[in-house]
Amino acid sequence: MSSDAMAIRTAEAAGRPWVEVLHEWVTTVDHKRLGIFYIVYALVFLVIGGIEAVIIRIQLMRPLNDFVTPQVFNRMFTMHGTTMIFFVAMPVLFGFANYLVPLMIGARDMAFPRLNAFSFWLMALGGFLLYFSFVGGSGLYGAGNAPDVGWWAYAPLTSRAFSPGHSTDYWTIALLVSGFGSIGTAINLIATILCMRCPGMTLGRMPLLAWLNLVMSGMVLITITPLSAAQIMLMVDRYLGGHFFDTQAGGSAALWMHFFWIFGHPEVYILILPCFAFMSEIIPVFSRKPIFGYPVMVGASVAIGFVSMSVWAHHMFSIGMSSYANAFFTITTLSVGVPTGIKIFNWLGTMWGGKIQFKTPMLFSIAFLFQFLIAGLTGIMLGSAAFNWQLTGSYFVVAHFHYVIVGGILFALFGAFYYWYPKITGKMLSETLGKLHFWLFFIGFHMTFDLMHIPGLLGMPRRIYTYEPGRGWDTWNLLVTIGAFVQSIATLVFVANLIISYFKGRDAGNDPWDAWTLEWSVSSPPPEYNFATIPTVASRRPLWDIKHPEDPDSRYE
Amino acid sequence: MSTMTTPITQTPPAWSLPYRGTVGMACLIIAESSIFTIFVVAYLFYVGKSLAGPTPREVLETPIFYTICLLSSSLTVHFATRFLERGKRGGFLGLWVLTIVLGGLFLFGTGQEWHRLIYEHGLTISTNLFGTTYYSLVGLHGFHVSAGLILLTTVLLLGLAGRIRPEHSRRVGVLSLYWHFVDAVWVVVFTVVTTIITTTTIIIIVFFFFCC
Repeated sequence: MSSDAMAIRTAEAAGRPWVEVLHEWVTTVDHKRLGIFYIVYALVFLVIGGIEAVIIRIQLMRPLNDFVTPQVFNRMFTMHGTTMIFFVAMPVLFGFANYLVPLMIGARDMAFPRLNAFSFWLMALGGFLLYFSFVGGSGLYGAGNAPDVGWWAYAPLTSRAFSPGHSTDYWTIALLVSGFGSIGTAINLIATILCMRCPGMTLGRMPLLAWLNLVMSGMVLITITPLSAAQIMLMVDRYLGGHFFDTQAGGSAALWMHFFWIFGHPEVYILILPCFAFMSEIIPVFSRKPIFGYPVMVGASVAIGFVSMSVWAHHMFSIGMSSYANAFFTITTLSVGVPTGIKIFNWLGTMWGGKIQFKTPMLFSIAFLFQFLIAGLTGIMLGSAAFNWQLTGSYFVVAHFHYVIVGGILFALFGAFYYWYPKITGKMLSETLGKLHFWLFFIGFHMTFDLMHIPGLLGMPRRIYTYEPGRGWDTWNLLVTIGAFVQSIATLVFVANLIISYFKGRDAGNDPWDAWTLEWSVSSPPPEYNFATIPTVASRRPLWDIKHPEDPDSRYE
Repeated sequence: MSTMTTPITQTPPAWSLPYRGTVGMACLIIAESSIFTIFVVAYLFYVGKSLAGPTPREVLETPIFYTICLLSSSLTVHFATRFLERGKRGGFLGLWVLTIVLGGLFLFGTGQEWHRLIYEHGLTISTNLFGTTYYSLVGLHGFHVSAGLILLTTVLLLGLAGRIRPEHSRRVGVLSLYWHFVDAVWVVVFTVVTTIITTTTIIIIVFFFFCC
């Protein structure tokens, strides 16, 4: 299609009734529109999950607080955890993968566009079902709404005796349905990356973003499915009178824990690998240097994928496994630190000697590096069985994994938003608001999650809805809650920036960052067909080759 | 815009990538294997841990005939695809029908076995741990056979309507890949479930492997 034809279509679109435009969006199979769906959907749930977090923090702000009842508190932390993992982190990362992977490998769409749309709507249905539990959860029993079994839903809690009504069933079905959506997207991403690359784009020249999403998708296939299987078993128990997790009939509660964490721990790596992908694209561009040690980065990613699948039982050191099991899972857990350390070393190596530009995406990336390192260090502490016995089930653990998820994943995501927003919308995000967002969020994050380690070390357990005064936890909890409010304000600045810049931002042009990967070769936003002619590449930085024909990368690779 | 995407190399290298259908199906098979693994682990974990009878040794029989049916349907679907590639419509449709009949026979066998277990031995999914794990594992496989039969029947109807031509053999091959997987999973499920009864079944399975 020529650009004239495209202009005519846009002109037609401007005059059409909104119902038609809406219909076109809802029935779309275009990877870019679905990517935007995923991202917007996740942002909505980010706000919902954030409100739940703030409710939790207000309740814990001072001792013997009665802001919410214990039952509501349990529902809030269950919904907060489930929402943030399954309906914020997963969809937003899938959204970026959907949007960027075909553009970066020079393809016109994903391998299976209709499967792509189907996967998104499955995940959307999952989120709807989870929140419908607030209305339909009590069923005929009048037994309270919304699941309150924790996002891990340990076995006796989910049995009929302890979870009457339908709230747990909504949780189960929501995760089952969105899990199938995730598997569909993973299949699609792998098929796209392996079968749709443009001529010359060998595996060795593929952008690291594509490589890391390939590894992530492979992990989704192997580790989301055990969760689906466990959810099917739970439904058999709850609806057909089965005994999988029924200790009265000889069943085992520990088996649920194993099945859940076989999914649960690799899930963390499923979330962090796409963030590593963002870092591997953003850091080189703002350091004005190619990525340091590309083959080693690929190797380390694949190594993380493999090793992280054999570490799950470090969540279960306190249930009384044999000493051999404890030793095995300690060793595997600590060994994940090696490939991860290699990656951090290589990002620093990329920055070393570079002309670093401190734009907002880079600020978030640098913060990511330091915070992810610290999160990894507390992870190594908790990964050692002997240390874990002292602090498991305390706020130290909560602080650790929020350090990973907020300090690592969310910071990387914010960086990705600032970096690719110009490509997706055609407008630059405001740098002033961006810097304000960064510093506010940075301060709020450290206030909340650095300080949260301390009440944990002082013995404050997780999941408690309140505590007595005079245990030395009061001031820390107050400061943690204030930090949570600072983060909320920063997030509002971010949302305001997204909206204001969409209408008033300055035009981005094709390539605002002077970057090197293929998505910056097309207009912003990209046309429906992505590439008028499918590009041919000869190196890892195809745009560098075009911009510097006298000294192309292809001469050295 | 178009100036940025002009080819860089003047002589594009030969470029061929795997077929997306095959890759997609391979990924689905990996994911499904993972689900089956969890159910197999649950079955093995709970063997002998039921607090009440009946036990597998008391009630299970080895469904050799129906297993032969299912495994040979792998051969028929394979040769049906071969016939389609070579444009022999009659051979394709004949073997395709045979595949569906063999798969249907297997499902019938499973139904008969379940009927016997429920009405003669009173074993249901809620009787004991053995019942829960057995029906879940075999049922999960039966569900996959049913899904496969629906897909095979769809292809058959399209084939009878003359809509399946030799150029579609690659796509039909993707479906036959799924059917091979369903058969391969049965080898695992069969082994896990029936070797608990007698050691002679092990000998039968080893014999099978040598025959294949």
